[in-house]
Parts: sequence; structure tokens; C-alpha cells
Amino acid sequence: MSLLRISNLSLSIAQIPILHEVSLEIAPGEIVAITGESGSGKSMTALATIGLQPEGAKVEGRIELDGTDLLTLTEPQMCSVRGARIGMVFQEPMTALNPVQTIGAQVAETILQHEAVSRTEALDRARAVLNRVGLPAARFPLSRYPHQLSGGQRQRVVIAMAIALRPHLLIADEPTTALDVTTQARILDLLKDLTRDFGMGLMMITHDLAVVAGMADRIAVMQNGRIVEAGPTAQLFSAMRHPYTRALFEASTHEVDLPPAPPPEPLLVVRNVVRTYRQPRTRLFGARPEVHAVDDVSFTLHHGERLGLVGESGCGKSTLTRAILGLEPVQSGTITVDGAPVWTGLRPNFEVRRKMQVVFQDPYSSFNPRHRVERLVAEPFNLLPDPPRGAAREARVAEALVAVGLKASDASRYIHEFSGGQRQRIAIARALINDPTMIVFDEAVSALDVSVRAQCLDLIADLCRRRPLSYLFISHDLSVVRSITDRVMVMQAGAIVEQGPTQQVFSNPQHPYTQALLAAAPKLPDMKKASHGT
Amino acid sequence: MIRYMIGRVTSLCLSLVVASMVIFTVVEIVPGDPAAYMLGVNARPDTIAALRTELGLDLPTAQRYVAWVTGMLQGDFGTSYTYRTPVSQMVADRIAVSLPLALLALAITVVIAFPAGIYAASHRGRTGDLGVMGATQLGIAVPNFWFAMILVLIFAIKLRWVSAGGFPGWDAGLFKGLKALILPAFALALPQAAILTRVMRSSLLDMLNEDFIRTARAKGLSRRQALWRHAVRNALIPVLTIIGLQFSFLLAGGIVIEQVFFLPGMGRLIFQAISSRDLIVVESVVMLLIASVIIVNFAVDLAYAAVDPRLRTGA
Repeated sequence: MSLLRISNLSLSIAQIPILHEVSLEIAPGEIVAITGESGSGKSMTALATIGLQPEGAKVEGRIELDGTDLLTLTEPQMCSVRGARIGMVFQEPMTALNPVQTIGAQVAETILQHEAVSRTEALDRARAVLNRVGLPAARFPLSRYPHQLSGGQRQRVVIAMAIALRPHLLIADEPTTALDVTTQARILDLLKDLTRDFGMGLMMITHDLAVVAGMADRIAVMQNGRIVEAGPTAQLFSAMRHPYTRALFEASTHEVDLPPAPPPEPLLVVRNVVRTYRQPRTRLFGARPEVHAVDDVSFTLHHGERLGLVGESGCGKSTLTRAILGLEPVQSGTITVDGAPVWTGLRPNFEVRRKMQVVFQDPYSSFNPRHRVERLVAEPFNLLPDPPRGAAREARVAEALVAVGLKASDASRYIHEFSGGQRQRIAIARALINDPTMIVFDEAVSALDVSVRAQCLDLIADLCRRRPLSYLFISHDLSVVRSITDRVMVMQAGAIVEQGPTQQVFSNPQHPYTQALLAAAPKLPDMKKASHGT
Repeated sequence: MIRYMIGRVTSLCLSLVVASMVIFTVVEIVPGDPAAYMLGVNARPDTIAALRTELGLDLPTAQRYVAWVTGMLQGDFGTSYTYRTPVSQMVADRIAVSLPLALLALAITVVIAFPAGIYAASHRGRTGDLGVMGATQLGIAVPNFWFAMILVLIFAIKLRWVSAGGFPGWDAGLFKGLKALILPAFALALPQAAILTRVMRSSLLDMLNEDFIRTARAKGLSRRQALWRHAVRNALIPVLTIIGLQFSFLLAGGIVIEQVFFLPGMGRLIFQAISSRDLIVVESVVMLLIASVIIVNFAVDLAYAAVDPRLRTGA
């Protein structure tokens, strides 16, 4: 008998259909993954299941939990289901907790909400649950506040809140998307363990096929509010009947063809760079401790070379990026581009800055929403002593837009008219317009859906074929770095622990940290890849 | 927490020192000899010189600054040039009216704004919310002296519950004193309450969109419980900032209301002192007001820390 049975669930908001006749079953102890790209309706399915769909949404069909149709329950009845019989874990651990309450109080709240127990008893039980999710009392007393915990630790607190009453069904909506690979692996292990120990059903929502390939019993693939294909994991991966499933899989394992790199001739030379930050005093009149964000880093990026930089959050890659771009000075060491320093004396060197451009991670917040695309793309012209004007300027903007696969007429539109992938193309157009000798891609494809990401990677490879392009590609995503770079560096705690040709580092990692990173990265099954001959 | 406190106290003291220096310098620069003012145009130069010595005006600037500051710390604010009475006594009389008035007005502001803001936020877009928002629009637009006149018309003239103005003094009894202050306090508070209601509402609405509210709902809390247990405290942070600003305004900015109700408050004292060039009174009162603003801000900082644990660790 199934624990959760969703039949013909349809949902519409203001007459716009979001979900179409979604049907899904989860048995006790079973892990069912719902996957698909953003906007496919996977999160909405989860929210409808727990009854937290947006206000005014019209829901039809049946959602039966242990035989009760949740859609027939009143709001107070639903409140007694939420937290007790269904637990939910969300994507963003940094904001999912109330910043002004202790973790103990927040976990205990789940218990106090549903059971008539004393506060002391609830706190005792919260303690036990926190121990269970891997937050031992010695290091994580109940009196801790969320801001004192890392992302992975916060996600453990959220999980503790969701499982405190041993719900029959746990819904996890992209629980590891915001986390580093090694943390992701540990959280996924925890979820698997809990599902097995408690005999819960786990509804796992994720856009990442590789994440679910290793843990789900069954997978449902959603597109445009419909489940287009569902089945046991192994079977789904070997059959892939629906073209969308195949497209998703191919986009996830996408590899691009880079033209061979020209013979090495140094472009960006980083020598013994150190960047420290002073932290607040720990004692009243004590010295302020220093943290080495970048610790004696040296490397060279050659003309026409594609260099990757991989590391987890807090490893210093953003600090290093800012130093390379000349956005802030370093304490010691030198950074030169074609022999000229990026920072001279107390000010950045604009001669050098002109040669570099950057593409940032978030296509939604890295543009001024009040400027037209034409002005956004032409912004780097401000760095030129004699920027093109009038028709020349228009021609350059049009050329850059066409180069990234957009239309010249897009120049007169505003940024909100474009999708995430298109915005990232505009960001690339902006980076290309001055014909820079070097581009820094700072997590440039991390926020994109797999298929859009594949298109963006193709675009970058295509640009490499058409013009000499050197770039530093920074990412936490190993699979992306693997195909888009010639050489790769692995950074840990401010230092580069390993560097070498990409294929060599990935197939034969030397440093234990590189090995750990590669081991933790979720992998898709190889069978399909082999039969496709990629 | 201790480091946060020490940081705040240091900043409090520094602000006070800088403020006192600025005020003293400005008053120094202002042209005109106070002694000559006090004695009038026909005074003989030697009388003026004698008075200058008596007032200590012939001492070096630094020495007079130190004397002024140490005097203030001991409660001695000097002697008013025009009234020839101790400034401390004059100020104390006025504070006895203005401070209770400001506190009363602030209490009324909070008592109106908190429930109204919370109600509007939890009924967003519905009739109740529209009603509250309309009322606040009116409260902000209408000047407080007009409210004052309407209140006098209704409660003093028609209903005869309170007198239309004047202050009997606290010697007449606590109740009588409060009774005289209640109408002006309301008149002062209404526009402030309208502003604070809006701040409370929008701050709460921001909080209700936060992820942790959704987490709380997933735990089984009802919309109402999530609002009270998780949103309100987080929403207080911007509200406290506004309350701090409002209190400073209420303390010194009540001159129009003081005029309407014939109250002997600080606003009137400043007005009179400026028109009669009684610089020592101006100097002292301004210093007192600045000190009160700085102290209120300090209290607001402490309240932040009480509300938000992130500040306590001094990060």
C-alpha cells in the first residue's frame, strides 16, 4: 500500500495552469525523485502536497496520505498534518531559519506545536534529534543561533525540524543545491539514512539528475507541469523513452569541443599573492586575528588558454578573482597582465583593467534593470580613452549581441524581457565588446538550468574557435570545469593544492582534497553515455 | 555582548564630546558680546567689563569650555543672561513638562501603531488593510496642530472632560498633570502613529515573505502563529530605528503643540531664548537635546541587540 498517492493533481493560478494531471506514488521507505528544469512544476507539486501552494491557487485532483485525501482537509486540520505527518526541507539553508531564535527553540517548536509536552521535554527531544542529524551537543548546544552555523549545519537543523516527529513523508525541495559538493554528499547520505531508519517516504525535488541517480528508487521527470516519464531509476536511465528525459540527460553530461590551445605565452601571471583580512578582536584589547583568504598563490594563464579554478565556498576563489580584476589590492605578491601590474601604487591600473572582463554568476542581479541592453552591453566602453560613438557604437553593440546568438534589435529592450540564459548571453556580450585579452567567468553558468547551461558552454567553446579567447573559469561544479578548460587548479583554504592539465587532474588526482572533491561529486550512470558514443 | 556594549558606550561618549565642542565653538563665533546685550545699549564700558569678569567671559576659550562642561556635569548650566536665574532651574521646569509629554506621546504612538500595523499586514489587500492605510494617509497629511484644535473642540469645549490648555504643575497632583498633557500628547502622537503604522506594516510584510516563515508553516504553524512567533520580532528592527527618531522629535519639536495648549515646555523655552539672544540658555538647551538624542540612540542600539542575536556577537 502506498504512503502517498497523488492522482490527477492539477493546479492553476489566476487561470494559468501550472500543473496538469500529475500522478505519483510513494511507498514507505521509498525515495522518489521529481526532476526537471526550473518552471517545470516540481516545486509546486511539493508545495501542493504539504498544502502551502500560493494563495489563490486552484487545486484539483487527490493527494492521499495514508488514505486521507489532504485536499479535503480544512486549514486547521492541514496544520496538524504539516510538521507531524509531513516534514519539509527547503533549498536555501541560509534563510530557512529564523535568525533571532536559537536552533534548540526552533527544533523544539515542531514538537510543542503538535504534542502536549513541557518545554523542557521538547528541548530534550530536540537535543536528541539534533544529535541524530549530526550536530552533537558538545559543539552545537541548543543555545546556538543560525548565524553561528555554516550552510551545511543549518541544513541539518532544518532537517532536524522536519523529522523531529518522525513524519511518514519527508519532502526535500532542492535540499543540497545551495551547498558545496562535499557537504552535499554528506547531507544526501543523512537523508538516505533517515529514510531507511524511520521508514519514511522521501519526495526529493532536484534539477540535478546526477544527485538523484545515486539515491532515488524511482524518478519522475517533469516538463511544463506534466510528468513526462516516470519509473524505477535504473530502468528510466536505460530506457529514456521520452525525448525530454534524453535531452536532460545529455545536457547534464554535456561536453564541448574546445579548439587546441596555442603554444604557451604568459598572459596573466600571479606570483606569491597573499590577501589577508583582519577579523574582529576575540578579546577586548587583544590583537585582531588575521585570516589568510589567499595564501601565497602563484599561477600563470597563457594567451589562448582556458584555465579552471575549482574550490568550495570560503576557499578564497572570490577573493582571488577580485584581486586579479584589480578590484582590491593585495598585501604581497604581484599580479601582472602582459607584464603590466593590475594595481599600481594605491590605485588600479586602468590600462590593464581594459584588457579584462568578467561574467558573474547571477544573471538576475548583475544588470541595472533601468538601462536598455544597448547601454548595458556598451558599459565597458567607459574604460576606453576614446569610446566609439553614434553609429560606430551601435555597430559594435550589434556585433557583440550577434556574436552571442542574440539579435541586433535586442539592443533596445530591457533586461527583464530576457530569460536567465539570454541574460547570461548578454553578460558575455558585455564582456566581449572591448575585445578583452582575458575574461573571468565567475560561476557564470552555476545559476542556469542544465539545458541552458549546455547552450552557454557551447557558446563559449564556439567563441574560442572564432577568436583568440583566454579565460579563467571559476566554478564549484567539477563536471562543467572538466569540459570547458585546458588546465585546472584546485583551491583549498586559500592555497592552490593541485594544478595540471584538466583531464589528468580529473582522471588521476594527486592531492587528497582533489580526490575527496571528485569522490563527493554526484555522478550519472555511465551506461547511457557509452551507448551514445560521446 | 560585552564588546558590543563597550563599543556603544564609547561611541556615546565620543558623540557627546564632539557635540559639546561644536556647540561651544558655534556660540563662540556668533557675533555680539552677551554682557553688552544684558546691560543694554546705554551701559558704561566698565560695567560691561565687570559683568564679563563676573560671567567668566574674559577667561581663555579652552578654560571656559572646560568650566562649561564640568559645570554641566555637576548640573550647573550657568545663569541666564536675561532672566538672571540659573539655567538648570529653568530647564528643569520645562523638562518636567516636555519629557512626560514626549513619553506619553511615544507610548500612544506605539500603542496605536503596533496593533494597527500588525492588523494591516495580516489582512493585506483586504478591506481592513485598506482602511488602516487610508487612515494613516490622513494622519500623515493633516498637520498636528489641526488635530490639536479638533481635540480641544471635542474633549475640552464640547465634552468638558479636560481643560483646553495650560499646565497646573505636578504639585497639583499626578492625575491633574497627566490630564493636562493627554490632549497634547494625542495631538503629537497621531501623525507619528500613522508613520509608525506604515513602517510596522511594510516591515512585517517583508518578513512574511521570508523563507523562515515558510519553514514555520511547514512545521504546522498557522498563518497567525507564524506571524506572531517569527515575523513580529524580526520586523521590530526597522521599527525601533523610527521610534528612536520619533522620540527625539517629540522631545524638542513640540513647539506648535505647546503654543496651542499653552504648555511651558522646552520648545517655547528655546523660542524665547533665541528671540532674546540668551545664548547661554540656547547653548545649554541645545546641548541637552543633543545629549538626549544620543542617549535615545544608545537605547535603540541596546534594543537592537536585545532583538537580534547577530549583533550581540559583535560580528
